[in-house]
Amino acid sequence: MSTDLGMPSTGVPQGTAGVPRLADDAPRQTKKEFTSDQEVRWCPGCGDYAILAAVQGFLPELGLKRENIVFVSGIGCSSRFPYYLDTYGMHSIHGRAPAIATGLATSREDLSVWVVTGDGDALSIGGNHLIHALRRNVNMTILLFNNQIYGLTKGQYSPTSEVGKVTKSTPMGSVDHPFNPVSLALGAEATFVARTMDSDRKHLTEILKAAAAHRGTALVEIYQNCPIFNDGAFDLIKDRSEQEARIVHLADGERVQVGPEADRQVLVRGEGGTMEFVPEAQAAGRDVVVHDAHAGDPTQAFALSRLDSPHMTHVPMGIFRDVVRPTYDDLVRAQVAAAVDTSGGPADDADLDQLLRGRDTWTVA
Amino acid sequence: MSSKTVEKLDRVVIRFAGDSGDGMQLTGDRFTSETAALGNDLSTLPNFPAEIRAPQGTLPGVSSFQLHFADHDVLTPGDAPDVLVAMNPAALKANLRDLPRGATIIANTDEFTKRNLGKVGYATNPLEDGSLESWHVHPVALTSITVEALAAFDSLSRKDKERAKNMFALGLLSWMYHRPTTGTEAFLAKKFGSKPDILEANLTALRAGLNYGETTEDFAVSYEIAPAVMPAGTYRNITGNAALAYGLVTAAHRAGRPMLLGSYPITPASDILHTLSGLKRYGVTTLQAEDEIAGIGAALGASFGGAIGVTTTSGPGVALKSETIGLAVSLELPLVIVDVQRGGPSTGLPTKTEQSDLLQAMFGRNGESPVPIVAPRSPADCFDAALEAVRIATTYRTPVFVLSDGYLANGSEPWAVPSVADLPDLTVELATEPNATDDQGKPVFHPFLRDERTLARPWAVPGTPGLEHRVGGIEKADVTGNISYDPDNHDLMTRLRAGKVERIADTIGDLEVDDPSGEASILVLGWGSTYGPIAAAVRSVRNTGVHVARAHLRHLNPFPSNTGEVLRRYDRVLVPEMNMGQLAMLLRAKYLVDVHSFTQVRGLPFTTVELADAIVGLAAGTDADEPVTTQGGHS
Repeated sequence: MSTDLGMPSTGVPQGTAGVPRLADDAPRQTKKEFTSDQEVRWCPGCGDYAILAAVQGFLPELGLKRENIVFVSGIGCSSRFPYYLDTYGMHSIHGRAPAIATGLATSREDLSVWVVTGDGDALSIGGNHLIHALRRNVNMTILLFNNQIYGLTKGQYSPTSEVGKVTKSTPMGSVDHPFNPVSLALGAEATFVARTMDSDRKHLTEILKAAAAHRGTALVEIYQNCPIFNDGAFDLIKDRSEQEARIVHLADGERVQVGPEADRQVLVRGEGGTMEFVPEAQAAGRDVVVHDAHAGDPTQAFALSRLDSPHMTHVPMGIFRDVVRPTYDDLVRAQVAAAVDTSGGPADDADLDQLLRGRDTWTVA
Repeated sequence: MSSKTVEKLDRVVIRFAGDSGDGMQLTGDRFTSETAALGNDLSTLPNFPAEIRAPQGTLPGVSSFQLHFADHDVLTPGDAPDVLVAMNPAALKANLRDLPRGATIIANTDEFTKRNLGKVGYATNPLEDGSLESWHVHPVALTSITVEALAAFDSLSRKDKERAKNMFALGLLSWMYHRPTTGTEAFLAKKFGSKPDILEANLTALRAGLNYGETTEDFAVSYEIAPAVMPAGTYRNITGNAALAYGLVTAAHRAGRPMLLGSYPITPASDILHTLSGLKRYGVTTLQAEDEIAGIGAALGASFGGAIGVTTTSGPGVALKSETIGLAVSLELPLVIVDVQRGGPSTGLPTKTEQSDLLQAMFGRNGESPVPIVAPRSPADCFDAALEAVRIATTYRTPVFVLSDGYLANGSEPWAVPSVADLPDLTVELATEPNATDDQGKPVFHPFLRDERTLARPWAVPGTPGLEHRVGGIEKADVTGNISYDPDNHDLMTRLRAGKVERIADTIGDLEVDDPSGEASILVLGWGSTYGPIAAAVRSVRNTGVHVARAHLRHLNPFPSNTGEVLRRYDRVLVPEMNMGQLAMLLRAKYLVDVHSFTQVRGLPFTTVELADAIVGLAAGTDADEPVTTQGGHS
């Protein structure tokens, strides 16, 4: 599977600018250093193991001081993640990790802040905090493990479960229409939105690298298999004989296409702006869609996210959007810094005295 | 100077009342500032509807501002006004029942039209039908005189001119009570600096009011109230919300930590957010969150990062924040939750005061999750309460409640401004080194290894090498902080968390009793904003020769160590509260003392008279056989 995301390295990873780095001549960190002494307690075969291994393997690449990395999670199977990383971490409450991380990231420029969440945590109980984090563009990376089921509460349908899902709480099938997390994030005007998969370590790592380099809220949807309550949810795109025809690898600056070379389909714009895949031979002279992750207008990225269907006929993977917009935490800190600077530096006791006295005082002898 | 008679008074209570759009809060504020500048002691009670602009001229739209000022120390905004300024019939009707016979009414006759009278159900004009003969009525055509005084202002519409009538009223009252208006003139210059014609019109209206008092024969007497004898110092007037905001900033400064406020707007707490958002220069970060939950979440995240995390709200907001407060209890991180209480349940009375969140603060979470509670007793005391909350939060690594209320939030009083250098040193010690060794002798960090004295755990913030650790809401093993479902460990941790909060009592001092005669058999015990009314009532009862002791709780959790002993020292204990007896319930449960609960939930502070009656009643033993809960009445 290709991992060329069409995202050339730009040198300085802006996402971690301001976070203390290891000296150039310092010994390279190892995956082991990022592994805590806690026994991992996910079910055998859980996709979370692969994601954990990928993250533990990736973090040394950042070259950051380990003590300046923080993982914040909510509640759910995925949210146990921070316990297994030897960084600072907080396992918080259901749905609230983006809010907690917002306060942490805003007050501490020198931290690399990561949120680990699941489809229930981020999109049901925490939906409000997720969209507002994306809207504000707080500098943090949100890893959304999507297994399309509630695992920790033992198998109820989730906000990403397909319509008709039969679960313990929906014996006649669910009637809820599911969210597409990528569409939702783009609708909230997220500045970085990507999708990857637990079983494709190389792709996952490349996405993590791009997400960490992005300054602002990076939302990474990770398809993750729950072997107990929703096993095989992504089999159609994991099956080697099927995946080539189904996975649409998004590469910036490249035309959007799918399928093996012999049977390649190319995405073209039809009448009224609709998009459709046509055989490569028929694409000549048509308005071929070229992926532009850096486009300011999220319309095309959104349209790509709509190529999804519950039947996984076509599943776009990769970076949908990666644009630059000032981050909330940088702007907040800049206002505080400007207020301090224009007043002649940090407040001392005399400044506080003046504040407390105000303008209208009188003295009693 | 005036050739008219000048009388000396020792105290006056004035109530300005008008339509929500009449500028009564501004008028009251300005009169208060003038009074403070003159050196009188004072206390204020703003009272306004939750609607921004209720229909004009109606009873629900009446907004009022009461000010009590005196040549001696003032404990309450006053039970009943000596003077009512009524800007329209609705203001008269809504306030007349509070006005004792013989009090003065200054009424704006221009608004007593048939239509306006009809809106509030007056069949005839009370200014003319003799129904007000028990009061001193000064009918003044406030609106038309103001418009006439501004006749030369061609650029202003009649509506603009009418709008200045509150300045005319302020001028008149300033003449009556010999208040200096220079402060108001400076205030107007700042407010309308960019609109010179509006500024000039307001100044003209203000002076016209002064001159009206001076010249018209209707006002024959003016009054002087000498400055109060107050302890030496520099004073300013301050509201509870401003004092709380300043207290939080000052506490963070004294702690040497940055402060982050995560908040969602809610009445009557929003002014704390407004004030703090203007204090970035002092290193304060404010974050207006998407909801109450995110507000406290951001604050807790900042606390994890080493800041003083603060969230401000009112009762309904606390309900939403409860789960995060429980998380903070479990994480054992410093956090300050300011609850400016208002009438409940649900939306309740957003702009009115109540003390009904005590049990919510005490118990409103799942599991055994004790949270210390601090309650300010007066507007200025909100400053000290904020410092105390930060001290407890940082020393014991715990969320702390500050229970203010709507009366303290918007009310104001003179405040002897402290010198910052003289305030308690709140310096925080962050963990910097491993605090243990493993079985191979290697240094390790145990995030839940406690301080022996306080039982507080180390505050190790991200960025500190070697102290990487994980915290979470799942029960943690003692010392190591690793996840633990062990039954004995959970029992131990639950008791440790409770014990930690109990140990705060070691540093808060005893409950002090005020009993000058030493012969009292009755104790009146209060908490929070009832301080002023209780002290005033006790003073008035003592003046009749009855011995009564008084004590006031600043700390509601834990109680001072000697609380039980104090309660048992007296034959009877009266506990007045603006709720249905929440402190009384806690005291009975903890100390098995059958306190007498005296309660009222009218959205207003107690009056001195009704509290004094309750004390005298208990002293006379009239309710000795009554049920323990006594309802405060309003006749």
